[in-house]
Amino acid sequence: MEEDLQPEYGPKWSDQRVERMLGALVVFMVGLLLALIVVVVVNGWPSFAHNGLSWFTPGGSVDEELSEISQSAETGAGYIYTFHAWPLIWSTILIAGGAVVLGLVTALFISVFLVEFAPTWMSNILRPVVRFLASVPSVIYGLLGVLVLVPFIGNHLITEHQKASVAGIISLTGYSLMAAVIILTIMIAPLMVSIFTDALSAVKPGWIEGSLALGVNRWRTTWKIAVRAARPAIVAGTVLAIARAIGESVMLAMISGSTGFAPNPADGLIFIYEPSRPLAPTIVKSVDQLSSPPAKATLFAIATFLLFSAAVVSLAGALTRRAMRKYGAP
Amino acid sequence: MESSVTTPPPPERQGPTTPPSAKTKTAAVEGSATWSLLDRIGLAFCWFLGLLFCAIAAAIVIYLLIQGIKFLKPSELVTPAASGFTEGESGGFSDAFFGTLILGVMALGIALPIGVAIAVWLVEYGRPRPLARVTEMTIEAIAGIPSIVLALFGTVIFTSTALGFLSRTSEGVVFGRSYFAASSMLALEALPLIVASTREGLDAIPRHVREASYAVGKTKAATVRRILLPTCRPQIVTGGMLGVGRIIGDTAIIVVLLGATQNFAPVEGAPFPLNYLRGAGTSLTNFVYEASPTGNLNQPEKAYAAAFVLLLMVLALNAATDLVHRRARKAGTWSH
Repeated sequence: MEEDLQPEYGPKWSDQRVERMLGALVVFMVGLLLALIVVVVVNGWPSFAHNGLSWFTPGGSVDEELSEISQSAETGAGYIYTFHAWPLIWSTILIAGGAVVLGLVTALFISVFLVEFAPTWMSNILRPVVRFLASVPSVIYGLLGVLVLVPFIGNHLITEHQKASVAGIISLTGYSLMAAVIILTIMIAPLMVSIFTDALSAVKPGWIEGSLALGVNRWRTTWKIAVRAARPAIVAGTVLAIARAIGESVMLAMISGSTGFAPNPADGLIFIYEPSRPLAPTIVKSVDQLSSPPAKATLFAIATFLLFSAAVVSLAGALTRRAMRKYGAP
Repeated sequence: MESSVTTPPPPERQGPTTPPSAKTKTAAVEGSATWSLLDRIGLAFCWFLGLLFCAIAAAIVIYLLIQGIKFLKPSELVTPAASGFTEGESGGFSDAFFGTLILGVMALGIALPIGVAIAVWLVEYGRPRPLARVTEMTIEAIAGIPSIVLALFGTVIFTSTALGFLSRTSEGVVFGRSYFAASSMLALEALPLIVASTREGLDAIPRHVREASYAVGKTKAATVRRILLPTCRPQIVTGGMLGVGRIIGDTAIIVVLLGATQNFAPVEGAPFPLNYLRGAGTSLTNFVYEASPTGNLNQPEKAYAAAFVLLLMVLALNAATDLVHRRARKAGTWSH
């Protein structure tokens, strides 16, 4: 060991030089992120510029608009940018929102169970299970959705009467909001569980013991003391889950139905059987049209929207966490 | 004064072996029999959800196991995909299988050194402070960027002529789809996991270890290289494995940046490994996506077989991560 110390860490690997090299790498990564934001926004700008605020509103059929946009590059009559993204945005809100709400409830109960109530043998099984569910690739979830859940919903849950009632508007095949929400919940709940359990087990034992000593039972103690103390981590986990749900593309491209349709909750419960297509899968599905400039601008505009919604969500999360810091949990 | 002598000494069980764990707690506290009905319903709901999760995981594994045994032929792992109308005629998915291995190795090869270097800078140097803060935010932001957005970003930078040497170029137009392109974007995806895990390892090393190293005359760089990085090797390995799991499971980046082919498409005129890496190709996730009923191939049996292989890889990775984790814990940490 001694002989290589002197030559290897001579002036060539001096501290200043190493620090400068590492610093340069760090600056490069920061620059890369800025470049990413700039590239995505600049490429998507034409679509926003042509549509203005109507980009975000409903109007016309999204799928027809998308195909007109991509074909307009070949006709030579000038590019068409007209695009109303509302059905895609609405589908993203419904699917991601539904999955996050369901996932939050599930993850809360499961992490409370894991940390406080599960017998050792049960938590020895449940912990690896949660880790496994978090690591299954999304395309496998998509495949199982397409080949198992979607046919089940299509054949057994949706009645012929329901199919007939909307036959003129949309065909119900099982590719639905419901399938998408169920599978997305299974995908994001484990992420939240792993963050929640860390926070719940980091709550100061004295707080819990104090509550128990006052005669409050373990169930209420857990919810009133531990879960409350862990609120900042619950916010952090939820933010992470929302970001994942918004950005999930491949699984949703496979099972959400791939129709630019906005299911309307006002129609009654049937809306959970209706197909739709969120923003991220739209990019995956139309990615071969990138060679057409207006289509490229539209796809990058969608990406800009995704990027900014993720940023807004995590900013809101950071502000909420800061406001909750007084609770003293991690 | 005398009484203070007779008081029992403070309990001596602060050692690392008996933390106030859940085990002792469960044994000591009352059962649910005295709770109100609502609380008991809540506990039952906990059990229900826990068992439901176990059932879902078991169903996924068992179902894919059955379908995998039914449809996976070992020959499919060495036969490239071919064009054909039935599932029997269309060959196997060897290119997808090897493509996944290539992507895992390449993307990790990019992400691991960068991730470790960033973690070292953040923990050991971290000056100026504002830059460290910005770097932390950058890593967090990269973790939050949807992979499809990374993929779109990749299409822009890898179709630029300056980076034409990383993919196929014909008549001045850069194709932009290659193993190089896909694995560098996948590396970004794995980076935050590696940084987080390495930081955790470095943070756990107490200050006196570094001071001991400086005291015997090692420079800071030498301390990092010879003391700190070897010490937190388990965490680095864990981060790398989590990263590989993310890499081989990603589909969006591969669909966009690797090409819509199911075979290797080597670039002519390049030396051996480079011609494949510069060319378009496929991976298991891409194959499953395309072979599913919603993809272009529609060969559900092969999709099941490929998904089974992919699941086995993920399970093996999980098991290996567990093993490293457990061994690291057994080797002991810096408790003093």
